[in-house]
Amino acid sequence: MITVQACLDGILLGVLFALIAYGMALQWGVMNIINIAQGDLVILGGYIAYFMYLYGIHPAWGVIVSPFIMYFVGVGIYKLVINKVVDRDLFISILATFGISILFMQLMNFAFGADVVLANSGYGTTFLFDGNVVLPNSKIFSAVVSIVFAICLVIYMKKSKLGRAIRATAQNSRAAKILGVDTEKVYAATFGINAALCGVAGALISITFTIHPYMGLPYTIRSFMIVIVAGLGNLPGVAMSGMGLGVFEEFADYILGTEFRIGSVFLLLVLILVYRRFKLSRKREYLK
Amino acid sequence: MKINKIILSFISALAILISTSVVSFAKVVGDKIVLGAAISLTGKYSSNGVHTQNGYNLAVERINSMGGVKVGGKTYKFDIIYYDDESNPKRAAQLAERLISQDGVEFMLGPYSSGLTKAIAPVTEKYGVPMVEANGASRSLFTKGYKYLFAVLAPANLYLDVAIETAVELNGGKPVRIAQAFEQDAFSQDVRLGILDAAKRTGSEIIIDDKLPKELNDMAATLVKVKQMKPDVLVVSGHTKGALTAIRQIAEMKVDVPMLAMTHCDAAKLSKQHGKNSQYALCASQWHKSLTYKDKFFGTGMKYAKDFEKKFKYDPPYQSAESSAALLVFKDAFERANSFDKKKVRDALAATNMQTFYGNIKFAEGGQNVDKPMVLFQVMCDDSGKCENKVVAPLKWASAKLIHPIPKWSER
Repeated sequence: MITVQACLDGILLGVLFALIAYGMALQWGVMNIINIAQGDLVILGGYIAYFMYLYGIHPAWGVIVSPFIMYFVGVGIYKLVINKVVDRDLFISILATFGISILFMQLMNFAFGADVVLANSGYGTTFLFDGNVVLPNSKIFSAVVSIVFAICLVIYMKKSKLGRAIRATAQNSRAAKILGVDTEKVYAATFGINAALCGVAGALISITFTIHPYMGLPYTIRSFMIVIVAGLGNLPGVAMSGMGLGVFEEFADYILGTEFRIGSVFLLLVLILVYRRFKLSRKREYLK
Repeated sequence: MKINKIILSFISALAILISTSVVSFAKVVGDKIVLGAAISLTGKYSSNGVHTQNGYNLAVERINSMGGVKVGGKTYKFDIIYYDDESNPKRAAQLAERLISQDGVEFMLGPYSSGLTKAIAPVTEKYGVPMVEANGASRSLFTKGYKYLFAVLAPANLYLDVAIETAVELNGGKPVRIAQAFEQDAFSQDVRLGILDAAKRTGSEIIIDDKLPKELNDMAATLVKVKQMKPDVLVVSGHTKGALTAIRQIAEMKVDVPMLAMTHCDAAKLSKQHGKNSQYALCASQWHKSLTYKDKFFGTGMKYAKDFEKKFKYDPPYQSAESSAALLVFKDAFERANSFDKKKVRDALAATNMQTFYGNIKFAEGGQNVDKPMVLFQVMCDDSGKCENKVVAPLKWASAKLIHPIPKWSER
């Protein structure tokens, strides 16, 4: 039963992380930008849901309102900062987004205060197997919403004009430009969509966990890891690696103790990278 | 050439004059005793930093309006120079250095949090500047042999051992089984050491001992273990984030445990944020307004809470109360030393033995206050969902009876 519980906990957690990583993979793939401010966008999205909750609106509506606002925040950031670094060295974009991250943290601290806050959804609990497995409905809700948003995005990317333009730009931005794609617009939309996904995730985090102006970095790191493990441009891989890492984390916590939880995930990351390198070098030998 | 030299020497003379005059009148300016403090007004500790500053300010205002400090037959008033340490230990140490060597401050008040106090203490010690601090409880502050550090609060290892003692007592004197989850920071790990001591003393067994990473806000795995192993007491300490996360997930996962003890409940505004879900949680607190200690400046805790609420429009958390008490200690020490000599004031501080609205204050060799026990309050809610914190231990100050064991979720 513990195995089932740990698996389900891990999957529910992983799906949420995968949603954040999904946004990161998208803009990394399209714009070649590693967004250090990813986690801060998540937290800002969380605050939007929290403020709705404070004014008596159910925080679940945050998953609709928050991405809407965050899309424009994302486009704003793109127009102000990112468009100046988009074709530059990766290092420059890391520095720029790191700066945005610090700015966001301080602004959120200034505007919302340094208290840890949360929004209560009032959702109950689901008991499975005679109460041996317990799942908070808020976590199930987050997982379902994350999956719905992810599926919608995949369809949108496949079917819509903008989606195709985004994919074309990701494959070869120069060729896309020559063929008449307004890459500037595509970049802005991509960053906006990423921010909107962060908004959804943030609203879900305010319902399931807690938010605080300085809590963004762990989400950035986690999504970074998920993208690294899955590989760029591999969206189903992002979903799988998100859930896989979630489950792995829960088991590590249960077997080794909570203090080894984060450490074990990093260890796994190192092992995967070493394994990949090993595989690559073998391929090279084969080619010789 | 000659004119240049004259101008240069004039400027340097002026510079020397200004710098020496700053130093010479900084400690006592006219009728003012200038204290220095680095406080977290921005950054992650800014909420509690503001509570600390409000506590200091209220006490300064009260002492000044009630006759000030009498030294050598003259009456002086308190004044505080504040700098914002941005919740950053390195910045705090720099600011302490600046307060002492540039602003000439000779008496310091502490910052907020153990981490920042740890950063400042070596600086004040180096310059022999007495510091009365009210918000650094980590045990390691008091084992370093600091001579100029005095803390009005009880050390971190005493925060929750009352809970274990109470649990054993309620178990008919028999040992209990303890589950604990502590964040990996100086303060929470000291609270953990206190629990280990209490467990050893009472022969109790620790069956779960989890260390929570700082960046984690999910305790589900720990709580699954708690559900499986059914301990008698669950102890959680991880600042406000830990308290909020624990209550949320215990309620969501319907974890039944006879006793739940934690820290930082009032800083987390537990009953406001979680309402009835926080009911029955036992919380360690340095102070509660219903305690019956008294002094002539603030009267009782209730009176203090009223005055504080009137001025700052919120109920005082214990962080504010202990900060106010630090000023009362300084006043008392100055008057007994009857001097502004740092060494004499330090000796007077070491000999402090007084009662304030916040509690009795008497310092041990290491500088910690040994005359003030921690109190435990329990969150109690009425049918309408309104929750209140009521002191339940030690029995001497209890304003309500401890509800034990906590009713099962299925019966609530």
